[in-house]
Amino acid sequence: MLAEKFTLSDLIEIMRARAGVAEGVRLDTAIGDTSFLELGYDSLAVLEIQARIAERVGVSMPDDAVSRMPTPNAAVEFVNQQLAQGR
Amino acid sequence: MTAVVVTGIGVIAPNGRNASEFWSATLSGRTGIGPLTRFDATSHPAVLAGQIDGFDPVEQIPRKLLPQTDVSTQFALAAAAEALADANVDPARFSRYGTGVVTSNATGGFAFTHREFQKLWTQGPGAVSVYESFAWFYAVNTGQISIRHGLRGPGCVLVSEQAGGLDAIGNARRAIRLGTPVMVTGGVDSSFDPWGWASHVSSGRLSRGRDPERAYLPFDVDANGYVPGEGGALLVLEEASSARARSARLYGEIAGYAATFDPRPGSSERPPGLRRAAELAVADAGLRPTDIDVVFADGSGVRNLDAVEAAALADLFGPGRVPVSAPKALTGRLYAGGGPLDVTTALLAIRDGVIPATAHTSAVPASYGLDLVLREPRRAELRSALVLARGKGGFNSAVVVRCTDG
Repeated sequence: MLAEKFTLSDLIEIMRARAGVAEGVRLDTAIGDTSFLELGYDSLAVLEIQARIAERVGVSMPDDAVSRMPTPNAAVEFVNQQLAQGR
Repeated sequence: MTAVVVTGIGVIAPNGRNASEFWSATLSGRTGIGPLTRFDATSHPAVLAGQIDGFDPVEQIPRKLLPQTDVSTQFALAAAAEALADANVDPARFSRYGTGVVTSNATGGFAFTHREFQKLWTQGPGAVSVYESFAWFYAVNTGQISIRHGLRGPGCVLVSEQAGGLDAIGNARRAIRLGTPVMVTGGVDSSFDPWGWASHVSSGRLSRGRDPERAYLPFDVDANGYVPGEGGALLVLEEASSARARSARLYGEIAGYAATFDPRPGSSERPPGLRRAAELAVADAGLRPTDIDVVFADGSGVRNLDAVEAAALADLFGPGRVPVSAPKALTGRLYAGGGPLDVTTALLAIRDGVIPATAHTSAVPASYGLDLVLREPRRAELRSALVLARGKGGFNSAVVVRCTDG
């Protein structure tokens, strides 16, 4: 199923459910420009988040996707680009 | 030779979710065995398990670890935290590589893997969690404990079915002798999803009994297999002089360890290796068999294996010459967790001067020549205890623990 537009709230829901939440971190819309690493997500966690996004919105992720989404906002933007290109 | 002592204990067992709960259940004879309810097992040939109920991982481990851990690892993390807190060890106060972890695991992250494999086969590879890459793995408990507590020194996992927990303790003792002052060690297992349960049933050694008080009867004339359990124990081991220097409470010394391997069935005139493991562990402790005050037996509950163990004990100690018990009759057999939980029992038995009974067993064949502690705990002054464990496939392991005062 193709979503219209992927939002930060969609992303936060995936992060919370599938990659967990580090102690002392509050996942709200203010986190958009904080790096995944600072939020407590290592590269494997980002890979898991990315895989769940791909599953959810039906886009395919290029091999270098992890490096192109250092922050949640960057991830949202990247996913929407992929959606717009019909990937 | 450097003495290695136990300064912290963490337990997660079917009849107690921490060390003190477990010990009071063990002395009072409260069983953790009941119908397996983690899934509908009623159509399986074996239906009883030593199941841990009421464990809430959200209360026990960091939220971040929930999506990446099997229940067995959640148990291990809870027990490790209890052991480190009990020992009052802050890893940050030791040198960077001065603290390590050795655990044993027999079955891996079964329930997690079962769930992910279901996704693989119904939704395709894209649906499988990347955490499956390590959540299934035998070494994952060692890794997660190491990461959570910053234990950067020696780290490894030993897999030798139900003997492995004692092998981990032996290996941690060696790491301390080689210069690492603090090791977390032991074992925890859980595999009570339908796939894991099928693997237990296929061993052919499970009891098909439906009465929790009659299903697992180590050394009984009616012994007819065992009940699998989940959980185990993790211990903090330390080099004795540094433990004393920081005024740590000492539960006892890991004084001896040995492991042997059975000959391939039918290939040799040699007897099974259990007796030799016991003898070597006693010798490794610098003791003679007459110095051993109690034996915590492997207590298979499989008739011919019980007979082999009884013969080994009678041969090494003399018939009826040493009290023997198998308190695991209250938990079922915990795979890699069984040995470390028995070592815990041995340490607390020495501390309190009491041998817990082998619950439920009532009639032991006279030919076994066993002084099995039955019905009620037995008061006794204990200085040294032998713990035995066997794993399917020919593994025999033995640990001697000894009191530290004097």
